[in-house]
Amino acid sequence: MKIAITTSGDSLAAPLDSRFGRAPRFLLLELADGSFTLVDNRQNLDAAQGAGIQAAQNLAATGARALITGHCGPKAFRVLQAAGIQVYTTPGAPTVAAAVEAYRAGRLQPLAAADVEGHWA
Amino acid sequence: MILAIASGKGGTGKTSVAVALAQAATGKVQYVDCDVEAPNGHLFLHPAITERREACLPVPAVDAARCTGCGECARFCQYNALAALGTNVLTFPELCHGCGGCAKLCPAGAIREVPRRIGVVESGQAGTVRVTQGRLDVGHPAAPPLIRAVKRQAGADGLAILDCPPGTACPVVAAVRGCDALLLVTEPTPFGRHDLTLAVALARGLRLPLAVAINRCDTGDRQTEAYCRAEGLPVLLRLPDDRRVAEAYSRGEGMLAARPEWARLFRQLPAAMATLGQGGAP
Repeated sequence: MKIAITTSGDSLAAPLDSRFGRAPRFLLLELADGSFTLVDNRQNLDAAQGAGIQAAQNLAATGARALITGHCGPKAFRVLQAAGIQVYTTPGAPTVAAAVEAYRAGRLQPLAAADVEGHWA
Repeated sequence: MILAIASGKGGTGKTSVAVALAQAATGKVQYVDCDVEAPNGHLFLHPAITERREACLPVPAVDAARCTGCGECARFCQYNALAALGTNVLTFPELCHGCGGCAKLCPAGAIREVPRRIGVVESGQAGTVRVTQGRLDVGHPAAPPLIRAVKRQAGADGLAILDCPPGTACPVVAAVRGCDALLLVTEPTPFGRHDLTLAVALARGLRLPLAVAINRCDTGDRQTEAYCRAEGLPVLLRLPDDRRVAEAYSRGEGMLAARPEWARLFRQLPAAMATLGQGGAP
């Protein structure tokens, strides 16, 4: 099973990016063997609106079954939910590895709804 | 003639000038409030509103039974108003700008457009002045479609004075586009001048005949006059700072209530604007 973690870096030691829609990339981790690939999300950094919606579609196309990020707004959550991707938030995690460790240890609970407000539009 | 009044900086006197132009006109005249996020000309014109229509934007509705999951609609939309997850297409009408591209592109004909209310367009009479104004619904983020609806309802009957929104972004472009001439109301302050330069660039980009009005012209500095001279921008109106005008304003009256002798200045303005060249070149 593949899970995605939002990050500004390119390794497990990189910091977790607490944003979802405007995170520079996703680290896509294969839980079975610990291998990972990086998925670019930078085209969303300049999006005028709907960055979370676009990021969620990008993520759905990777086959990830779960997402670990800092926060998730209502529009992104709606798309992720429709794509069957479970959303976990751990804004305090210092690194991607720490977020994955918390997930593996069962310390993260999947979100039932967005944990932050939507943006102006 | 369609005469647009804009400014760049807010609070320079767009509405005061637009209202005075409408009240001073002798022929058939209408005042059109394109500042749909905060229409305020009615505070001074006191129209009796007799017509009220809902303004709607066409937004996509997806027929899931017809959708083939190709994703063309979501890839096309620059505003991310659609998300395609296979044949499950989610729509976000609040992000839609109503361009209709998704419905036109859909190879399966699975998308039709349905109206979504964004505000109202109101019309009525205030003495000799026909008033049309838009009111954007609270929470709706995009003013341009409503501004276009206001302009459509007003039409180009007689002298149409368009009171435009402040700034130089999309709402202003929607308001001034297609006008016969643009009057930029400014104040002789660094802030007023900074935003005037942006508004002049916008007007020149749209190739609009252009002139400047300097409000409270006896305050601030002389740099705005110098800028207009250097840029070849005709200054067609200079209004002094006047406590009586401010007092009239606070009572909900236009400046001509306090200074009726200024009506002559406003009555002459449309004819002077009609002779302007593009971009302010004399």
